[in-house]
Amino acid sequence: MPNDLSSAVSQRPALAALDDATLASALRRMHLIRRFEEVAEQSYMRGLVHGTMHLSIGQEASAVGAILHLARDDYILSTHRGHGHCIAKGADVARMLAEFFGKETGYCRGRGGSMHIADLDTGNLGANGIVAGGLPIAVGVGMSIKAQKLPRVCMVFFGDGAANEGAFHESLNMASIWALPIVFLCENNQYGMSMDVAKAMAVANVADRAPAYAMPGVTVDGNDLPAVAAAAAEAIGRARSGDGPTLLECKTYRLRGHSKSDRNLYRTKDEIDGWRARDPIARLETELVEHGRLDAGRIAAIRADAEREIGAALEFAKSSPAPDPDQLTRDVYAA
Amino acid sequence: MPLDAPATEAGVRTLSYAEAIREALAQAMEADPRVFLFGEDVGVYGGAFGVSGDLFHRFGADRVIDTPISELGLAGAAVGAALTGMRPVLEIQFSDFATLAMEQIVNQAAKIRFMFGGKATVPMVVRLPAGSGTGAAAQHSQSLEAWFAHVPGLKVVQPSTPHDAKGLLLAAIDDPNPVLVFEHKLLYRTKGPVPIEPYREPIGKAVVRRPGRDVTVVATSIMALRAAAAAETLAQEGIDAEIVDLRSLRPIDTDTIVASVAKTKRLIVVYEGVKTMGIGAEIAARVAEHPVMRTLAAPIVRLGGADSPIPYNPVLEKAAVPQEADIAAAVRSLVQEGAR
Repeated sequence: MPNDLSSAVSQRPALAALDDATLASALRRMHLIRRFEEVAEQSYMRGLVHGTMHLSIGQEASAVGAILHLARDDYILSTHRGHGHCIAKGADVARMLAEFFGKETGYCRGRGGSMHIADLDTGNLGANGIVAGGLPIAVGVGMSIKAQKLPRVCMVFFGDGAANEGAFHESLNMASIWALPIVFLCENNQYGMSMDVAKAMAVANVADRAPAYAMPGVTVDGNDLPAVAAAAAEAIGRARSGDGPTLLECKTYRLRGHSKSDRNLYRTKDEIDGWRARDPIARLETELVEHGRLDAGRIAAIRADAEREIGAALEFAKSSPAPDPDQLTRDVYAA
Repeated sequence: MPLDAPATEAGVRTLSYAEAIREALAQAMEADPRVFLFGEDVGVYGGAFGVSGDLFHRFGADRVIDTPISELGLAGAAVGAALTGMRPVLEIQFSDFATLAMEQIVNQAAKIRFMFGGKATVPMVVRLPAGSGTGAAAQHSQSLEAWFAHVPGLKVVQPSTPHDAKGLLLAAIDDPNPVLVFEHKLLYRTKGPVPIEPYREPIGKAVVRRPGRDVTVVATSIMALRAAAAAETLAQEGIDAEIVDLRSLRPIDTDTIVASVAKTKRLIVVYEGVKTMGIGAEIAARVAEHPVMRTLAAPIVRLGGADSPIPYNPVLEKAAVPQEADIAAAVRSLVQEGAR
């Protein structure tokens, strides 16, 4: 296949490091996340889902890229903007959507909603409604892995906003002094709700703080799937081999508002359009076609397949039973 | 086991409250490799109040872990370790510092199981030295247990004797839920009979320390001891007080309280935490909501901490929380009022 050979030469190492099957699977997960959130948003607009939700549309490369090289029994801890992390780690989208609908078949039996999805079977220790809430928990997971001598790592996601919480400092410090197998994965999407990261932080990058904890700090383009995957692979490898934690920052952007109440008063249409042009899904697809890694037909099939799966998930969510109010307090305590 | 159980029983020694806790920790760590103790100065130093003592030398630095001063991070670490198969025991050096860890205790530890639809368990224990009487002033002397007892998902216990300090801690370590153990600093050196074997005291069960027929005194932690001492004085005056040591705030043992009040027809609740919005209000309300209320011979009385931070001056400090004489006076007044 001379055509493939010539294109492989021009491929950057981060892309060349991923085989076609891995790339197809990554792209499929990105489409699943995008479609999942679009359908969740539509369901909200139609009044089928109540409460609120925090969409990560535009951030799919960081979720999928970061998790691409984790094993099933590696742990993740996620955030309020965590649908992508869940799906990337292997959650069943039908049970996720059922949770949004508040149904008994949802991951949390309708008790948690969008912000608290956990899937212990895939190592997903849960999303978190508290900014920086997962960071200290990751320290304990790291201690646990080390005490039990397991070959696992814990990847904890957090946003740029969380980097200004005290929990960030306490957690990175402890992880470093004890050389815990943790990847601190910051998704810097430029805003803590409405607060511009440049106004909230005196350094240019969250990763610039890593030297204070004597750990590697790496900043990557979070909308570039191969680049995220490559940086994450190195951090995961370091954690797994006992060399301790890494602070990895993915610079990205949420194309939707903070939550459903956001009127976008703090950013311009031009800014949003500029980031829309760097859409991580379109960008990956263009590169894959350009280098002959996946053709347009295969990509269209992947997209259609993701849409089909989300369509089926929506039917499952709609038709699932609601929880019984008599069972309200069932899970407050373990027996 | 009652307070005055004979120490001569086979396998029962006299231990201090601190020694009883240490024995529980040692036996739990010996029996279960998942159990570990961590916190500020719990290692080489032996704990700020000497509770961990020599455990660092007996179990090593991997199981008795000295930590940075990071209460929020430590509480979260307990959550993470508990979620993934360990049985962490965290010492928060002074219970006042739990205010720095509220996020992880209240938002995470207490709610994870519920939020995740019952799939996760968080079997962690937090030990919290609490209470006034040491001259440590307002930020090192509080009794904040009621704050935590307000949170569904947590369990909150307050042992008052060496026996219960060991039995409740072992039960807490076994429990699949987050359990907060409030230890009173003035009790660490008190002594009492403690069986050598590991044993568990049930969480959520009050105990009648002294039976009586005239008045029920429900007391928590060190107040159970002060109430028992007051009862001896009152007995000489012909007042027969029943002392109920609550032991557990959440779950709370309403049945034992109601059964006692049904017998004595008078209730006084004694606790060190601030009286306003406190434990006494909850207990009084539980009795008031129960048909036993109709049989009471006198209004319910609460004796709690003053509406004041704990002061430094020793005279003021004593005035800020119920003392033995205060309890005796309150009981006397209540019984006399009921007699009118």
